Amino acid sequence: MATYTIKQIVPTRLGFSKGLHAVAKQYPQVVGIGSDITNSVGMDGIAAHFPDRFYSLGIAEQNAITVAAGLALTGKIPFVASYATFIVMRTLDQLRVSVCYNNLPVKIGGAHAGISVGPDGATHQALEDIAALRSLPNMIILSPADATQTEKAVWAAVEQTNNPVYIRYGREAMPDFTNEHEEFIIGKSKILTEGKDCVIYATGHLVWEALEAYEILKQQNIYCTVLNIYSIKPIDIPSIIQTAKICQCAVTAEEHQIMGGMGSAVVEVLATHYPIPTEMVGMNDCFGESGQPLELMRKYHMDRMAIVEAVKKAIQRK
Amino acid sequence: MENFSFLLQTSYKIRKSIIEMLAEAGSGHLGGSLGLADIFTCLYFSELKHNPNNPSWEERDRLILSIGHVAPVLYATLAYAGYFDTKELLSLRKINSRLQGHPGKDKGLPGIEISSGSLGQGLSIATGLALGLKSNQNPARVFCICGDGELQEGSIWEAAMAAAHYKLDNLICIVDRNGVQIDGTTSEVMEIEPLTLKWAAFGWYVSTTNGNNIADILNTFDETRNILSKPKVIIASTSMGKGVKSIENDYRWHGKAPSKEQALQFLKELEHGYLHY
Ligand SMILES: [Mg+2]
Repeated sequence: MATYTIKQIVPTRLGFSKGLHAVAKQYPQVVGIGSDITNSVGMDGIAAHFPDRFYSLGIAEQNAITVAAGLALTGKIPFVASYATFIVMRTLDQLRVSVCYNNLPVKIGGAHAGISVGPDGATHQALEDIAALRSLPNMIILSPADATQTEKAVWAAVEQTNNPVYIRYGREAMPDFTNEHEEFIIGKSKILTEGKDCVIYATGHLVWEALEAYEILKQQNIYCTVLNIYSIKPIDIPSIIQTAKICQCAVTAEEHQIMGGMGSAVVEVLATHYPIPTEMVGMNDCFGESGQPLELMRKYHMDRMAIVEAVKKAIQRK
Repeated sequence: MENFSFLLQTSYKIRKSIIEMLAEAGSGHLGGSLGLADIFTCLYFSELKHNPNNPSWEERDRLILSIGHVAPVLYATLAYAGYFDTKELLSLRKINSRLQGHPGKDKGLPGIEISSGSLGQGLSIATGLALGLKSNQNPARVFCICGDGELQEGSIWEAAMAAAHYKLDNLICIVDRNGVQIDGTTSEVMEIEPLTLKWAAFGWYVSTTNGNNIADILNTFDETRNILSKPKVIIASTSMGKGVKSIENDYRWHGKAPSKEQALQFLKELEHGYLHY
């Protein structure tokens, strides 16, 4: 009997769209900014229902992010979303100076993140966005595990009135499994399973893969704690330390470059507070390619089997 | 013409402070700051609706300084307009100062609308502000100061397209057309002409003015004020280093501060020019 059950298989971007519609209903100051691919990135949640609060700005991401900063100066809560690659990396200087240095409450949707965007290939697979954004002061980074959490992340982003917030989500239909009544709090994490052999710190799509790895390892009498790191910045330092103390070895797992991602953030915490043997699952300093999402996750070692192997390695290093 | 002589005197005081601040700081951008003194005087002492005693007044006109490197002209103007004591000007670029090398809103200097300094972003900020003000039915206008070299940034034209698309007649962009940038003249470094045609092609109302002539500047503000349904751009010809004869139009003074001895000489030249206007 699996620890978690799948409610449905849906893309996390649907959670973004649903959340955006809901917050726009509640908060008249929420506005949307379109960068041409409105529907596919989940901006339809506001564009369709509140057309007078949706500004189409065309294929011009640098302008979109900075116009959002200007709108924020007039009391608006602007949401901008596009492919995570373009809305983050192309606009990095705008995000740094206009948004983060001014600490304006611009909310950024990084859609189609990770290698699981699949057949589009390397240009469209955002695997560096977390690393780029983690170094920007004032920026909050959320990486929900499924559609249910993505919807909650949108609410959390709006209720965080003082900061820019980045929400990272994917395109591919993935298991929706988190409890809809659970809290989603910026700076916290969620323990999904408890075991004493190894702790798996996972984020985004790889949280489900970590749960699958947990089941596989359980059959081999290896018991893991799985921690859903849905808030990458700020990160839940106390829970990371507490689980590290219990398990004495760790694995990080994310659909992102190992360098500078969630795993790096976790390792920074461990190195300074409680160093333990740690293995890191993620993209290993290379670009992706075309393929089916699950094929790619397997080929680039970002699936349940990669996590299983990493856990065994980490345990050996104890 | 009582108002005129007051404005002339104010622009003189602002220039004087710019030279003194930069000499004290030992670094900063002298040429562009001096060149813009007349435009800033006309904005803060005539055209802008603002209240130095209430810098966050909702209906104030907003000034976005896209070329953050000419911060000294903004600081000096704000001080003379009454936002803070002119004594504070001498803290420019020093540790723990509210007068950052480029405007830093986080330091809390009254009158600063936004931190800026990375070129090509101000017009997008101004576009967002203008959209938001319209949506809030706030009658305030947005003025954005851009450099001519800055127009080489592609994002400026993304913003220009968007502002015209949304018919932002509450947005006025002033281009500081001094013809120079760090490496030399704009036509040598990267040609931006035909400027009037470019802005017009992007759907803007275009006006030109002598940006170092107070009467001309005021007339241009009058002319553009009632143009509806379009954003407006004022291409203002200025001389870098205006007011100090020996450095006027010398691009080498774009990013340089005078030594204390040079400053004394410049102040003399400035006073001479003012007295013999
Ligand atoms: Mg210039």
